[in-house]
Amino acid sequence: MTTTTSRSPSPAATGAPRAAASPARAFLAVLWRDLYVTGRELPVFLAQVVLQPLFLLFVFGKVLADLGFTQPGYTRVLFPGIVALTAFVTGLQSTAFPLVIDFSFTKEIEDRLLAPLPVGMVAVEKVVFASLRALLAALVMLPVGVWILGSIPWRSSGVPLFVTVLVLGCLVGSCLGMIMGTAVPPNRINVMFALILTPLLFTGASQYPWASLDHLPWFQVVTALNPLTYVSEGMRAALVPEVPHMRPWVSVLVLTVTIVVSLAVGIRLFLRRAID
Amino acid sequence: MLWTGAEVEMEGNGQGPVVEVRDLVKRYRKAKANAVDGVSFAVRRGEVFGLLGPNGAGKTTTVGILTTRVRRTGGTASVSGVDVGTDPVRARSLVAVVPQRNNLDRSLSIRQNLLFHAAYHGVPAAERTRRADALLEEFGLAERADDKPDMFSGGQAQRVMVARALMHAPEVLFLDEPTTGLDPAARLFVWDRVRDLKARGVTIVLTTHDMDEATELADRVGIMDHGKLLALDTPAALTRGLPGRTTLEVAVALDGVGADGLLDELARLHGVERVEQVAAPGGLRARLYLTGEAPQLVAPVAAVVAGHRAKLTDVAIGIPSLEDVFIALTGRTLR
Repeated sequence: MTTTTSRSPSPAATGAPRAAASPARAFLAVLWRDLYVTGRELPVFLAQVVLQPLFLLFVFGKVLADLGFTQPGYTRVLFPGIVALTAFVTGLQSTAFPLVIDFSFTKEIEDRLLAPLPVGMVAVEKVVFASLRALLAALVMLPVGVWILGSIPWRSSGVPLFVTVLVLGCLVGSCLGMIMGTAVPPNRINVMFALILTPLLFTGASQYPWASLDHLPWFQVVTALNPLTYVSEGMRAALVPEVPHMRPWVSVLVLTVTIVVSLAVGIRLFLRRAID
Repeated sequence: MLWTGAEVEMEGNGQGPVVEVRDLVKRYRKAKANAVDGVSFAVRRGEVFGLLGPNGAGKTTTVGILTTRVRRTGGTASVSGVDVGTDPVRARSLVAVVPQRNNLDRSLSIRQNLLFHAAYHGVPAAERTRRADALLEEFGLAERADDKPDMFSGGQAQRVMVARALMHAPEVLFLDEPTTGLDPAARLFVWDRVRDLKARGVTIVLTTHDMDEATELADRVGIMDHGKLLALDTPAALTRGLPGRTTLEVAVALDGVGADGLLDELARLHGVERVEQVAAPGGLRARLYLTGEAPQLVAPVAAVVAGHRAKLTDVAIGIPSLEDVFIALTGRTLR
């Protein structure tokens, strides 16, 4: 959109005419602000998001394996699940936490809500940005995995599916995080994060293949309700196809539908918080 | 008494009002009453327009609608002819807001706060830098330009937010309770800045519950209460419209003389509406409510007092304030 340069002389502080504002440019500037801030705190950011999966990988993939408590092939099951978990949780936290803080306490987001772009685009920017963070965190898990486990399951023919599921996993986490960040009342933040995040971490099939839950049917149903399950299963389909896994198209379909629905709901909730 | 947009348009400068609000209504979800209840006004280019009223009067909601953060329930609101409800994206490039609360970006330095704000609004990079430098200098922030906002006092944060608001050269600057919670020095600084901005031709809409602020800064004041605009005029015209609100307070040493006759005679003076005795230790203190100008009554009052062989010990003139206007309109004080 082009706007108002031809309007009557603008009473600018500086006397200069107003710049032509455009929603696309505003979107990029808002995204640049978030990337700039993250980039400046990159080591802190990485420590924050990588530490948890790193310890999961270390304890379950290395310590327990070395002590003989897990079967030899377990790290091949675990590693794709941990990459999925990292993508999903980093996305979720990267929208949920900042939004709760912005809307309830600092109000910092107001300056961006007053930028010349549709408010819904500010919500979309949050999802894009959170997904980029999640993508980075998940990719960092590859060298971390090599470092801790000595080697990671990898096959080049699985890369297209790996990339697809990874991107979908980042997006689904970010979209769900936006729902959490905009729906949770400020006085309930601590409780809600404990009640939502912890179950999500352990019902997402990242530490076990979903098919193996045959013996525990109720838990298999519970895990099927967690979108993370489809990320974990998709990752295994890409990297360790010999492990029983859901069909890739099921994972991709469920994730795509979940993204579309949760993004729509998230934007609605975001608008409700942003505009009275 | 109320201005409407139509009247402003007829003023002959060929320009419509910068801000125009007609029959504006806002009812919040689950609220029992309208927060804004049929408000109409228009703000001329270059004007400082004040919305005065107690907390909860609907001032901030009105500003919220004009700045696209609150969705109206009814009526219209536009800025430079752009409807803020139907074209909020365009409206946002025309307005700037300095909110009541510090909402500076804590992850960025002061300078970056200014630069990113301008970037959101599409100001080219070289121009951003130029404007930021100029504003930082002007607002006395140049030395702290690289500090984070965390450590700033309320007054300093306020300054930064005003500077930030000017970065995209808005048509209208909205100041929501600009001095609430500031110390007196910071308050005066904000007042000076507002006068500077006005001198430069920036159109300003400010809300306040401080009558001194409205009197000091605003060309015209709209008095709001319970979501309604009760009166709108220049501060002088608003107070002039209050008969019996100019007062002359006199203290008299009686020396044994009776007070009743004296008070009766004062009440009969031309230009005195009524007389009220004020409790005072030792002697008589009376407040005369006038229909005319106070200075012209000082001599007649002195003559009456002398005629009773009493001694005038003190005279004080009370000019009506916007507070009195508010009391006259609502029967309540502003706070």
